Amino acid sequence: MKILVCISNVPDTTTKIRFTGENTSFDSSGVQWVINPWDELSLTRALELRDDPASGVKSVTVIHSGPASAEPTIRKALAIGADDAVRIDSPSGDAYSVAAGIAEVVRSEQYDIILCGVESSDYNGSMVGGMLAEFLEIPSVSGISELNVEGGNVTITRETDEGKEIVSVPLPFAGVVQKGIAKEPRIAAMRGIMMARSKQIRIYESGPEESLTGIKSFEKPPARDACKFIDADNPEQLIDLLQNEAKVI
Amino acid sequence: MSVLVYTENQGGRFRKHIFELVSYASETAKMLNSTVTALSTGKVDESELMKLGNYGANRIISVENSLPSGFDNRAYSYVVSEVARKTGATVIILSDNHSGKAIAPGLSVRLKAAVGSGVSRLPVSTEPFVVCKRVFSGNAFAHVVLKTPVRIITLARNSFSCIESAGNPAVERMEIPVDGTLVRTTVREVIPQSGRIQLTDADIVVSGGRGMKAPGNWAPLLELAEGLGAATACSRPVSDEGWRPHEEHAGQTGRIIAPNLYIAVGISGATQHLAGVSSSKYIVAINTDRDAPIFEAAQYGIVGDAMKVLPKLTEAIKKR
Ligand SMILES: Cc1cc2nc3c(=O)[nH]c(=O)nc-3n(C[C@H](O)[C@H](O)[C@H](O)COP(=O)(O)OP(=O)(O)OC[C@H]3O[C@@H](n4cnc5c(N)ncnc54)[C@H](O)[C@@H]3O)c2cc1C
Repeated sequence: MKILVCISNVPDTTTKIRFTGENTSFDSSGVQWVINPWDELSLTRALELRDDPASGVKSVTVIHSGPASAEPTIRKALAIGADDAVRIDSPSGDAYSVAAGIAEVVRSEQYDIILCGVESSDYNGSMVGGMLAEFLEIPSVSGISELNVEGGNVTITRETDEGKEIVSVPLPFAGVVQKGIAKEPRIAAMRGIMMARSKQIRIYESGPEESLTGIKSFEKPPARDACKFIDADNPEQLIDLLQNEAKVI
Repeated sequence: MSVLVYTENQGGRFRKHIFELVSYASETAKMLNSTVTALSTGKVDESELMKLGNYGANRIISVENSLPSGFDNRAYSYVVSEVARKTGATVIILSDNHSGKAIAPGLSVRLKAAVGSGVSRLPVSTEPFVVCKRVFSGNAFAHVVLKTPVRIITLARNSFSCIESAGNPAVERMEIPVDGTLVRTTVREVIPQSGRIQLTDADIVVSGGRGMKAPGNWAPLLELAEGLGAATACSRPVSDEGWRPHEEHAGQTGRIIAPNLYIAVGISGATQHLAGVSSSKYIVAINTDRDAPIFEAAQYGIVGDAMKVLPKLTEAIKKR
């Protein structure tokens, strides 16, 4: 059984977000790029499954759609323990074009489980996994917080707005993964980093579909008013302000 | 040309955010000189369905029997796409909740329709069709052009208020046969969330961080939440340590919430935490450290020990 983990390359989560060109493009100067946090967790879970002989999972491949500048992030995934890596050589596109490109690769390489993070921490789309499933006409499950595979049978816990559900799906399927899937992201060991250097990243041509969306401009959230401090000995005053000034209670 | 809004029910009833969604659809339809069709799936009484008309739905389509009770992403996408085709929808609106996020991608591929997800206000313009959505985990908004003739919007929770407007609808029943091969998810067990207020639905949230010091210290926080009718949340280290359940974890890697009032107790205000709560209308911070970054995000602050401040607040609430 083979798992494919989709990896998005995002600014480190502490990055100060700035824009250039009159707020039309993201200012990437000085930005540290990392594996999207949810993708890192799904990769960790995929590796745990591969390392468990009872699961039947034999290999974990990571895939990224984007320019060559993302290769250090892909290498990081290899260093953490992925067996193999693919990059679709394309300019950054929207979820639709990325999903269409990944679907082409899956068609020719055949994976049993395809995992995507619930959203990327930059464009917060949460669309790629479900689009991929529709392009491939395979089932998809969203909000996955636990994934177990035993002898080819998949059991999933998904979180809905009402609580949790335990579900099963036949293979192959695409899963959209959220928090809970793995406790802590796995960290690359020295040996992994050395091995990742010599691994080859396989390159595919850009996918068949163009983006359906385009970003016109950005705006920063409005600055909040300065904090009003209330004396710790008179917290009743806070209740008064919340009731009569903010009118939220 | 019409606006289609997917109105999901919970046990045969519509929650408040569904009425907000219909209000949003109705305001969008006005911008397009168009009308609103609401789509309901599963069993909902006529009287409940008619409530959608109070927020501007002009037509209500009820697809009662076609879908499995267990949610299946592709089967639900299919039904919504069929109704969109039949009604000639050019804009399809869903909530940015679990089912909305699960339906929108399949719908997009089926209709080759551009998606704006996590949209937080009315379209910026209709020619071209531009929406405004949250990006960089709440640190910015992007104006996104949806370039296709059919567009899909998922509306962020708590970003639009209910607007009453009489849509004078009639309820139409529709059958949409769903091919069995589309239904592949088997639900084995449903574990409902305990009776408490749902975090993503809540108007008020009281949240505890590492500054609460120990899991045994939560009682005063829970009492304040109870007094305010609030849901409870926590920072990531708190849920990682198992002090509180994972469902409460708010932030970039947990739940993203936007209540009217977020009370952060013993939370330092790390960027990753703020990413999940910064869209709240009002933030109150209670922290011993005057320089904690949470005070930069808050409108009201108390510099003090949570264990002393919380009981006083609860008392003041009770006296109110
Ligand atoms: C990739 C990534 C993703 C992350 N995602 C999230 C996320 O989704 N959500 C999240 O919350 N964090 C997230 N984090 C962690 C985040 O960076 C912070 O470590 C975390 O938010 C800190 O939690 P805290 O505020 O509870 O604890 P601390 O930072 O330890 O703050 C405790 C605060 O309590 C105050 N305090 C101490 N004693 C008292 C007292 N008696 N009364 C009142 N106040 C007191 C202190 O002054 C301090 O400000 C993420 C980190 C990374 C790297």
